[in-house]
Amino acid sequence: MSKIVKIHDNGLFPTRDNVLYAKDLQPGHFFRKNGEVYEVFGKVDCEIGPEICKFSVSDTKTKVESFMSFAATEVVDFVHLLEVNNLQTTFVVGKEKVKAIDGVTFNLEKGKTIGIVGESGSGKSVTAYSIMQILASNGNIVGGSVKFQGQEMVGADEKFIRTIRGARISIIFQDPMTSLNPVYTIGNQLLEAVKLHTDLDRAEGLEKCIEMLRLVGVNSPEKRMKQYPFEFSGGMLQRVMIAMALICEPDILIADEPTTALDVTIQAQILELMRELQKRMGMAIIIITHDLGVVADMCDEIAVMYGGKLVEKGTAKEIFYKPKHEYTKGLLNSIPKQGTRERLKTIAGSPVDLLNLPKGCRFSPRCASCMKICLEEYPAEMRMSETHSASCWLNVKAAFEKEKEGDGQ
Amino acid sequence: MKKDVVVTSPTVITSPVLEMVVPEDAILVVKHLKQYFPITTGFMKTTQLKAVDDISLFIRKGETLGLVGESGCGKTTVGRSILNLYKPTAGQIFFEGKEIKDKASIQEFRKKAQMVFQDPYSSLDPRMTVADIIGEPLDVHNLYKDKAERKEKIQKLIELVGLSSEHATRYAHEFSGGQRQRIGIARALAVNPQFIVCDEPVSALDVSIQAQIVNTFEDLQKKLGLTYLFIAHDILVVKHISNRIAVMYLGKIVEVAPSDELYDHALHPYTLSLLSAVPIPDPDKMHTRKRIILQGDVPSPLNVPSGCPFRTRCPNATPKCAAEQPQLKEVRPGHFVSCLYVD
Repeated sequence: MSKIVKIHDNGLFPTRDNVLYAKDLQPGHFFRKNGEVYEVFGKVDCEIGPEICKFSVSDTKTKVESFMSFAATEVVDFVHLLEVNNLQTTFVVGKEKVKAIDGVTFNLEKGKTIGIVGESGSGKSVTAYSIMQILASNGNIVGGSVKFQGQEMVGADEKFIRTIRGARISIIFQDPMTSLNPVYTIGNQLLEAVKLHTDLDRAEGLEKCIEMLRLVGVNSPEKRMKQYPFEFSGGMLQRVMIAMALICEPDILIADEPTTALDVTIQAQILELMRELQKRMGMAIIIITHDLGVVADMCDEIAVMYGGKLVEKGTAKEIFYKPKHEYTKGLLNSIPKQGTRERLKTIAGSPVDLLNLPKGCRFSPRCASCMKICLEEYPAEMRMSETHSASCWLNVKAAFEKEKEGDGQ
Repeated sequence: MKKDVVVTSPTVITSPVLEMVVPEDAILVVKHLKQYFPITTGFMKTTQLKAVDDISLFIRKGETLGLVGESGCGKTTVGRSILNLYKPTAGQIFFEGKEIKDKASIQEFRKKAQMVFQDPYSSLDPRMTVADIIGEPLDVHNLYKDKAERKEKIQKLIELVGLSSEHATRYAHEFSGGQRQRIGIARALAVNPQFIVCDEPVSALDVSIQAQIVNTFEDLQKKLGLTYLFIAHDILVVKHISNRIAVMYLGKIVEVAPSDELYDHALHPYTLSLLSAVPIPDPDKMHTRKRIILQGDVPSPLNVPSGCPFRTRCPNATPKCAAEQPQLKEVRPGHFVSCLYVD
């Protein structure tokens, strides 16, 4: 997606810039004008008049479609489907406060897939739960913002959150066996979501549930509706979970380790299903996983988390072929490669202890190229390209050396 | 492999089911192992769950045999039955040429064969210190003369697996997953075994820690000349560590081959689909490669399909597959496949 990117004097890109010119709007973009949020879906046509562009838009609240025209240079307030900015969540454990996530920032566009990868305890699930606001009772969002189509969700009243949670943003959990209620039938549990979020009556609702089960590939859905979770296999239960999450046709689907509990052949089925449904329904997907293979397969963009911080993000190709953070590099190196039987390159040490965070970069105690500054100060995020950014002092050093070289010549 | 044909009992398996010639340097030979569990299916009614149904295999000394398959296919049961943690329903197990059957031979066998478990969180007693956990096998098998020797042995083991000696007095909950797995490995090594069954030893660990543990296994193998049966579902890890790989499906071995041969020239349709389903951490390769997506789930082991167990999900199944049970046959040297349509 095109964004206007201003280049700083030092040649680095700024970290964030949400301002967009009318001529750069594309189908799937959201923007705000006079306080209203619109979605662009027609072809953007800038050839109509001198510097005038015209396109079809839809009001995201009323869903009324209309045309709009702008002067081609007019600056509009660009709205991402989901905007997570400097999100911070802490958990109270005994007398101590644990910062599970500390300053997570990313955007998600319509119909795109972002993967969040990291070790256990890196804060990837907490990020998802914070977006959905389904944190455990000792967890609190202490800072930052989550904007869904430009509407602030952090601090919003529960009534508003309920219109979004489950209906516009929904989630599937890691373990389908334990996330369904064992004493209710599948039909009963599916219908609950329909009753809560739509105006359909019981008969229509049941029909919708059956249609949804058929869509996710559950055979003889009429019969399956009357069965209990224990009568399903793991892969089938995950399909039911997906059906439940998609029944209100959400804009965003969060998949929290959707295939970790499943076998590879079943995993391939479920990922294929998610891809197909995404094509059909146009939702955006956030996949949370520790499996780099799954993100390579599914994601447009990847965010790598370590110790509650987002250390690197970029397109799938940038992350896999040009990683710019030492942790990402280590992670990629520690997977067995095809064709060779070399000794695996490991990352030394154990995962970071959130109660006992290092002072500077959180990865510094395990980093093979750790420098003095890494121990003292957390590196700022630096942009490599429009889509690629990382927080590592080595990049700053490399940029500085390059600049010096340039001066010398 | 044809070269190492030795026709001496008990290393030759002669049966209409499987003609497998066992090489001379095989340390472990399993013949026609069956492990059935009785399951209550109704009032006064029990059915046999055939977790492992007539498998035969051998492992050479110093070699790693990988065992892969989906959950419920019986790979863990194979490991446990070999160690006599379950009493096998039928079949024979030979270790260094001696059959393991009576109490004395089992006791002797357990000094030479050990196990590393999948879950490092539940396989260590939370009320025992690390020194006690590692020392327990020494106590059971009376492997020390006095307390000083016991302590010395424990210290050596702790250092061998990459922990530091001050860890000895701590409890299991003070360690991370990777460190706990190291404690589990030290415990298995305490009796100075020759053979270790590794039952999904890295599945519960993070990727960066997985690599550390895999390297530890390889280092120990080189140092101590160990033989491994490495059970896992992650085919990339298994391929990395194993010399040969056996693929299981519903209690049966469907394909065995040297690991590169299996990875590059798999022949059984199940192995092919398993390999194509493995997500490779490389976006370009993922987007270009051909996938075989299997339909349906693994059938219940209580209700195994007739003929070939894989026929209900096999893309090439014919009516013949339902009628006839395929046998493992050697299609290339060392490469065994059980499929009617592979020659």
